[in-house]
Amino acid sequence: MSEVAELVKEEKKSEPLFSKKNRKLLSNPLDADNPITVQVLGVCSALAVTTQMKPAFVMALALTVVTASSNLIISFMRNSIPSRIRIIVQLAVVSLWVIIVDQLLKAYVYDIWKQLSVFVGLIITNCIVMGRLEAYAMGNKPWPSFLDGIGNGLGYGLILLIVAFFRELFGGGSIFGFKVFEALGIQYQGNGLLLLPAGACVIVGLVIWIQRSINGYREAH
Amino acid sequence: MRQSNGYIVFYAALLTIVCGGLLAYASQALKPAQDANVELERKANILSTVMVLEKGADINGIYDSRIREVVIDYNGNKVDKKAADVNTGAEYRKKPQDRLLPVYEFLSATDPNKVENAVLPVFGFGLWNTISGYVALEGDFNTIKGVNYAHVGETPGLGARIASADIQNRYKGKKIFDGDNLVSVVMQKGEGFDYSSDPHKVDGMSGATLTAKGVNNMLQEYFGCYLKYLNKNKSANQQASL
Repeated sequence: MSEVAELVKEEKKSEPLFSKKNRKLLSNPLDADNPITVQVLGVCSALAVTTQMKPAFVMALALTVVTASSNLIISFMRNSIPSRIRIIVQLAVVSLWVIIVDQLLKAYVYDIWKQLSVFVGLIITNCIVMGRLEAYAMGNKPWPSFLDGIGNGLGYGLILLIVAFFRELFGGGSIFGFKVFEALGIQYQGNGLLLLPAGACVIVGLVIWIQRSINGYREAH
Repeated sequence: MRQSNGYIVFYAALLTIVCGGLLAYASQALKPAQDANVELERKANILSTVMVLEKGADINGIYDSRIREVVIDYNGNKVDKKAADVNTGAEYRKKPQDRLLPVYEFLSATDPNKVENAVLPVFGFGLWNTISGYVALEGDFNTIKGVNYAHVGETPGLGARIASADIQNRYKGKKIFDGDNLVSVVMQKGEGFDYSSDPHKVDGMSGATLTAKGVNNMLQEYFGCYLKYLNKNKSANQQASL
């Protein structure tokens, strides 16, 4: 009898790594709480790096790494950070990760690093990263914070890839550099508008529209 | 205690030291790989003026077997220096007569003594910052085989277009000499005109006339620097063909 009681106590103490709550941290930002389409953060880079799938993919990966690791570190430090300089501390940690990611890209995927140019550096000021640190990591344990960072990175990446898919396919006639229309034997004149930032605005707008009509979003009055 | 000034200063200092240390380490550890990338890009830029580089081409291999690096002075005489040690941007600050001028000679695949193309590095100022590039000449040392321009801070969509293939292709087949006179190739103001009948003019870039002027000055100046070298080879070539 006492053994059972102890077991129950044990379970209560250590929540499983992928409990329902923790899974929600990963899945929520993909749809209901998406950083781009619902919170409308990080739109600037979403417009700039989505002309092709490959840079969009690398950018999404970079942002996921930065958000997750910054969340993790800040969450570990959360009880020691003096609240008066907390934004600067957050910024220092984010910058640290961004520069490391930037240097890694420069060393190992040079051509993509050139294409992404300033946008990796600008992750430092990407609202998603700072937003998650301030709203989540400062008040939660490291593991959930890490998951929250991954989730938000994936949510951002999902939209980036959707937008890049349509822009590259209809703007340039290819996917991940593979000439789709040529392979199918179809003559296709690329749509120049989609390659311009305005094209990304249109597609992000359409994605938000579709998502809201499915989720039944209502403007608060 | 967490709010005391002493704690805040200590915390900030510690954070700075830790972050700084990590960044310094990352920078040092990744430098060799990054330098290799920059070097590879330089070689790719040089080769791209004379040939079409397929994706995944062995750039180092082609460069080593086909490119002969020579450094000359203003009088066209060879100087005992390595081209890799010559920084064109630093040389640009000297007087033209004192500059060290690298030439990348693209050798024939069959005859390693025959120079098929000469690739000349060029350097100058655009509208906002420096511009640079490589100009490849045909074996007649007159016709442009191809160019490759790079820029630091030209406006995207306007002056930055000098780095695009669309603009660079306009230079192909143009001639820098009219008889024995050096006239260079001049990018015109306005865009959308046909200069295919004029060997010394190329179509301009709409909205980027000042960058175009920078490119024109850069070409004019560097062809001038290389003039004696070009003349020497031109006459040697003509005699050989006679």
